[in-house]
Amino acid sequence: MTAPEEKISEMQGYKLHVVETAKYKTNTIVWRMKSPLTKDDVTKRALLPQVMQANSAKHPTTPELRSYLDDLYGATLYVDLAKKGEYHVISFLIEIANEKFLSDHNPLLKKGFELLAEILTKPNVSGHAFDKDTVEKEKRTQKQRIQSVFDDKMRYSNIRLIEEMCKGEPYSLQVNGEAEAVDAITPENLYEYYQKAFQEDEMDLYVVGDVKEEDVKKLASELLQFNHRTPKKAVSEEIQKKQEVHEVKEEQEIKQGKLNIGYRTNIVYGEPEYFTLQVFNGIFGGFSHSKLFINVREKASLAYYAASRLESHKGLMMVMSGIESKNYEKAVGIIYEQMEAMKKGDFTDQELEQTKAVIQNQILETIDTAKGLIEVLYHNVVACTEIQLETWISEMQKATKEEIVKVANKIELDTIYFLTGMEAGK
Amino acid sequence: MEKINFDQLQEELYHEKLPNGLQVYILPKKGFNKTYATFTTKYGSVDNTFVPLAKDEYVKVPDGIAHFLEHKLFEKEDGDVFQQFSRQGASANAFTSFTRTAYLFSSTNDVEKNLETLIDFVQDPYFSEKTVEKEKGIIGQEITMYDDNPDWRLYFGLIQNLYQNHPVKIDIAGTIESISHITKDWLYECYNTFYHPSNMLLFIVGPVEPEQIMKQIRDNQAKKDYKDMPEIKRKFPEEPEQAAEKKQVLQMNVQTSKCLLGIKAIHINQTGEEMLKNELTMNVLLDLLFGRSSKHYDQLYNDGLVDETFSYDYTQEQGFGFAMVGGDTNDPDQLASRLEEILLSAKNENAFTEDQLDRAKKKKIGAFLRAINSPEYIANQFTRYAFNEMNLFDVVPTLEKITLKDVQSLAGELMEKERFSVCQVVPKK
Repeated sequence: MTAPEEKISEMQGYKLHVVETAKYKTNTIVWRMKSPLTKDDVTKRALLPQVMQANSAKHPTTPELRSYLDDLYGATLYVDLAKKGEYHVISFLIEIANEKFLSDHNPLLKKGFELLAEILTKPNVSGHAFDKDTVEKEKRTQKQRIQSVFDDKMRYSNIRLIEEMCKGEPYSLQVNGEAEAVDAITPENLYEYYQKAFQEDEMDLYVVGDVKEEDVKKLASELLQFNHRTPKKAVSEEIQKKQEVHEVKEEQEIKQGKLNIGYRTNIVYGEPEYFTLQVFNGIFGGFSHSKLFINVREKASLAYYAASRLESHKGLMMVMSGIESKNYEKAVGIIYEQMEAMKKGDFTDQELEQTKAVIQNQILETIDTAKGLIEVLYHNVVACTEIQLETWISEMQKATKEEIVKVANKIELDTIYFLTGMEAGK
Repeated sequence: MEKINFDQLQEELYHEKLPNGLQVYILPKKGFNKTYATFTTKYGSVDNTFVPLAKDEYVKVPDGIAHFLEHKLFEKEDGDVFQQFSRQGASANAFTSFTRTAYLFSSTNDVEKNLETLIDFVQDPYFSEKTVEKEKGIIGQEITMYDDNPDWRLYFGLIQNLYQNHPVKIDIAGTIESISHITKDWLYECYNTFYHPSNMLLFIVGPVEPEQIMKQIRDNQAKKDYKDMPEIKRKFPEEPEQAAEKKQVLQMNVQTSKCLLGIKAIHINQTGEEMLKNELTMNVLLDLLFGRSSKHYDQLYNDGLVDETFSYDYTQEQGFGFAMVGGDTNDPDQLASRLEEILLSAKNENAFTEDQLDRAKKKKIGAFLRAINSPEYIANQFTRYAFNEMNLFDVVPTLEKITLKDVQSLAGELMEKERFSVCQVVPKK
């Protein structure tokens, strides 16, 4: 295994994480900032990075900024929003060619860094407000972005499950915020939020590529300085245990029903049982040899996909499958049976070993890409832990059947959401 | 074994053509954990009329059979090959496109074992009536899933508008009706015709030892008895140059409308360098017109006609090709007419400057470096290029040679209204 080394330094107001590797033809720079998810801020917070990446003081229009990126050998700049547990995470990503593969020896890493600093610290602002036109355009796009979730039925049903399941918890908020809240955002109050975010967020900078730590550190300390802060912790609210399984059916004019089932695993990243939970999920529905895939798809021919996945920082497990609406009872029945089998330890040593091998493979593959590696490393920031990749793999490999059964018995069925076609039963 | 160096990129590629005709390529990637291998046949959804092996007459097979065959090849008498891969810590997959069917695995250990499994399972078909019937349920759900997907419907709707007769207009998975006609005998007929090693390419990329891997493959193939194969006869219908339909509007259960404009390509019978240059010139042209730094994109965005889903893309294979531009929009008709205007304006001799072209080329060079970080991209694209007699590693030098005149002359030939077509998805009333 080629485990990359992460070098962490405390900078002014943020942490710098550098991974030196000669694997790639490009260098990847990712700026991350996280804050607890709140209903009041989520929409504004989702709009903010979109406005910031549209232009800057130095490149005040989008074509100017984008032409500059093209000139830097098509450097990519984009933003991404994610929910990690009860946190809302903003990422700015820049990927830029390593000039050693070009005939032109322009110092591209430095240019990439300068651009990131420009986007983060010198936005297109006049007085105490973002550029009005930019904000208006991005508000329009934001609304479309929120609305577009409806049109992708797989994403839609997944979001609806979480809304129903986590009602009253911050996690039920959508990553892009709420359409109704967009109108109230002004260039002034967005700028105010920008200042607040850069004062209070927990911020991390990742640089992965054929770089030298000291060079990166020098660039970062020259270009990016913020005040010191103590990051805010998300307050995890007491989850209301449901007395009964919450069952929701929604009708739409679609051909294939979408079945989404949510479980509470009661285990989150950073806890010792988390590694066992990963193995559990793998045997249950994580892979093409899993119980869900074999029994729902291969044996019963009910679906093209049937899988489960974990929300590591929130302690949820979600099952999803696309089925004919008339097969609802049958599919739910088969999924329940698989969970019961897991709880009873009804799986073979071969299934166990196979799953461990595939998980190990998956982790090693993930860290082969710069973005995958950053994603894996960032788990430690979110969970305030320092789990090394090697530990991750060795702990997962140690999981025994007894431990998996124990984990299985902590898992509770919470909500079933079914998006059904109008002609159900026909 | 032949070794090809790409000095600027610091990559080495190994190649050998085996006696049975199989082309093998190996690209060592130091520092990576993952090895990725694809075993691909030059056989896709468009190959629906051909002369089967050892026969004289053309046959036409049911729609969706290449894709169906891809699913079924994983199943053996003693179970499913997926299981074997995962026991060996690998993940396996496959895909069918218009012109290719690829089988692949990726793994971070036991590469030799997984490679043996890959080659052997693809070269050992087992189809039975019973498992063919069972698969119809699963693929039926796959087809239904795509039926509900507005982007897929839009994409295929547009191809159907552009093409009158060519089988590229047929959905790769077929329909629930068409796959009902598939039998194990049909599957064997297709398999025997298209899965001969001389019609296939094996690509391995990862932290591997090329000599050792090549020896393993030679030994594996030497054990199998393949007779020389005559060239495969495929037949494609006559196809007019202009688009078949001007416009199609699909009503679906969506909240946001979508609009794509398509252009039916020219020069679709090229191969090799000529094709590579044409394809790259077309890509540059689309970038100049619609890239995020272009004035057109900025105006469309300012006018609220496009959002971040806006994209453009060019596909060219032997016998067909199309460009597509569009995305989600609040006003699909207005967007369609603006896109048409912009495309026609590209015919103007002064449409682009040298500066813009330089920038577009730089952008593509950077994108190429980014892409070759990815083993998946290298294997899949290299295979596609090779099937069209092009070389993936010629992309940068070919790009550098493109002149403003090349771009203008392509725009001049291509941008004719009769080649355009529009497909829209709108909310159901």
